[in-house]
Amino acid sequence: MPQNCKRWTRRALLAVVGMAAVGGVTGVALAADEPFKVGFVYVSPVSDAGWTFQHDSGRKEMEKALGGKVVTKYVENVPEGADAERVIRELAQSGNKIIFTTSFGYMNPTLKVAKQFPKTDFEHATGYKTDANVGIYNARFYEGRYLAGIVAGKMTKSNVAGYVAAFPIPEVVMGINAFTRGMKSVNPKAEVKVVWVNSWFDPGREREAAETLVSQGADVLTHHTDSTAVVQAAEAKKVYSVAYHSDMSKYGPTSELTAVTHQWGAYYTRAVQDAMSGKWKPGNVWGGIKDGMIKMGPFNKIVPKDVQDLVNKTAADIGAGKFHPFTGPVKDNDGKERLATGKVMTDDVLSKMDYYVEGVQGKLPVSK
Amino acid sequence: MEHLATLVALTLAAGTPLVLAAVGELLTERSGVLNLGVEGMMLVGAVVAFIVAATTKAPWLGVGAGMVAAAALALVFAVLTLTLMANQVAAGLALSLFGIGVSAFVGLNYVSVVVEGIKPLAIPGVSDLPFLGKLLFAHSPFVYLSLVLVALVQWFLFRTRAGLIVRAVGESPDSAHAIGYPVIAIRYAAVLFGGACAGLAGAYLAVAYTPLWTEGMTAGRGWIALALVVFATWKPWRVLAGAYLFGAVTLAQFQAQALGIAVPSQLLAMLPYLATILVLTLISRDAATIRLNAPASLGKAYHPDA
Repeated sequence: MPQNCKRWTRRALLAVVGMAAVGGVTGVALAADEPFKVGFVYVSPVSDAGWTFQHDSGRKEMEKALGGKVVTKYVENVPEGADAERVIRELAQSGNKIIFTTSFGYMNPTLKVAKQFPKTDFEHATGYKTDANVGIYNARFYEGRYLAGIVAGKMTKSNVAGYVAAFPIPEVVMGINAFTRGMKSVNPKAEVKVVWVNSWFDPGREREAAETLVSQGADVLTHHTDSTAVVQAAEAKKVYSVAYHSDMSKYGPTSELTAVTHQWGAYYTRAVQDAMSGKWKPGNVWGGIKDGMIKMGPFNKIVPKDVQDLVNKTAADIGAGKFHPFTGPVKDNDGKERLATGKVMTDDVLSKMDYYVEGVQGKLPVSK
Repeated sequence: MEHLATLVALTLAAGTPLVLAAVGELLTERSGVLNLGVEGMMLVGAVVAFIVAATTKAPWLGVGAGMVAAAALALVFAVLTLTLMANQVAAGLALSLFGIGVSAFVGLNYVSVVVEGIKPLAIPGVSDLPFLGKLLFAHSPFVYLSLVLVALVQWFLFRTRAGLIVRAVGESPDSAHAIGYPVIAIRYAAVLFGGACAGLAGAYLAVAYTPLWTEGMTAGRGWIALALVVFATWKPWRVLAGAYLFGAVTLAQFQAQALGIAVPSQLLAMLPYLATILVLTLISRDAATIRLNAPASLGKAYHPDA
């Protein structure tokens, strides 16, 4: 999640100026038969892989599903902070009826603008604050991570996986733990080594971290950072990789086993439909495989059929609510029991995760 | 042992962009011009190298184009500061910001395009030798190139007449002018050389180290290169030491993490910068070191007629 990507360009500013000009002309009261206007704010350029790309694919899917009834507008590469507030306000002023703000750092700007536009609906991704007209939504990335762990656990020969991670926040830690549990579920000898690069986005460092992990015996790499550098490093070093956000197989045609991808289209379609019919309510949605928000990317043909079947079956079980990746016993890597046998971790506990589970090497930088 | 060789190889690869950019800036500063636009020039070099490499499928052609593009940006800086007498600090900062923005704009349609990057050498026979092969003969061509470049700049500055003139221009442009040397022309050349080196550093990142383009991909390496020039007290070979130290500390913290050593990664992440500050403090404690080595007229505009 690119909440810390600082963008230096002033393109967002230009966009605001441009939109202000357009808004001055079109921002008049809409007639009843005019299309419903939907706005999106992206933290990085759309490009063709990654966090923002997945949101934009969702936007297109929604646009297609709702035919000519909606008009969407997006502003990309908006820095978090003051610029974001201006962009969101302009979108609201120019008549967008529902606005999706797709990065963690847009939380406070979204809430601020929402207060000034009580008739507009706002949806903020990955945040934790709601209001009368602000809903939040996020995906259960950990479900996909668990499945990725199964693939890694079956394919590894050294029994060591390497994980390049950005910042030790609960969402990332949850992913590491789910991946490790998935890996250990099929390979009890499996270990996961983690390297924190303290950046969402620095291809050079991501690459260095990946090569370090390979030099210490990891033969499957995965990442919770934004660039494709880890998949590329795996390809160059001839080890396996599992991509995150989007399918990155063109960067690792022989090495990428599969990918954990986010799908927002169905959710966007539903939210916009509700907003159109006036039924929209501020929600707190945390969707997963069941809601179609998390999907595994295509399997590389080197992944054996039985492994693919196992992953698909586990995915179906998670989707049907028959299985949860954090079902007790859950032990942390100091051996302390964190969840009793047979219990399922509640969302509240899950979202505050601040320890490594058994199988992850080292200590979490923030753990007490 | 094999592990050690891997570590050395990783360190050299991580330090190389810093070496390339810093050694170019060093020569520029030796001529008395302070160009803070390294980050911007690196990004322009990176994006142009990537675009040319992606469209022509010839990565080395891309490297050349990246160098030319970054040198062209340096030319803008030279016109501003040497001909129009603009303030060097302000113009340099503007150059960086401009480079960051323009590279993002130009590269918009190339984010996530795949290129076939320049691979590390694989010299048949020698690069497969145990230990030594990995240690000496299996690096990216850029690593060897950077070493040659440092040696050349060292030789040029301290062993040739032309180098002496460049240093004279940096020390006392008035005297150099009085003897009849074309101060402004020499500074133009030094700035262009610095630009080409920054472009080479950017090209290395975009078509060899991590063959991809994405905006801001240099992630502050241009600024570190600037600090390295001071760190090296304007001596080329010390740039090597500084850059590899920087690379080594970064990698050491990754290694420590992967080994599961319980040191907060945030603390480790700050170590390379801490090391830089420490060395900068140490060398500036002795005012003579700085005075003896820093080009005396660094950053000052020069009017030949004044």
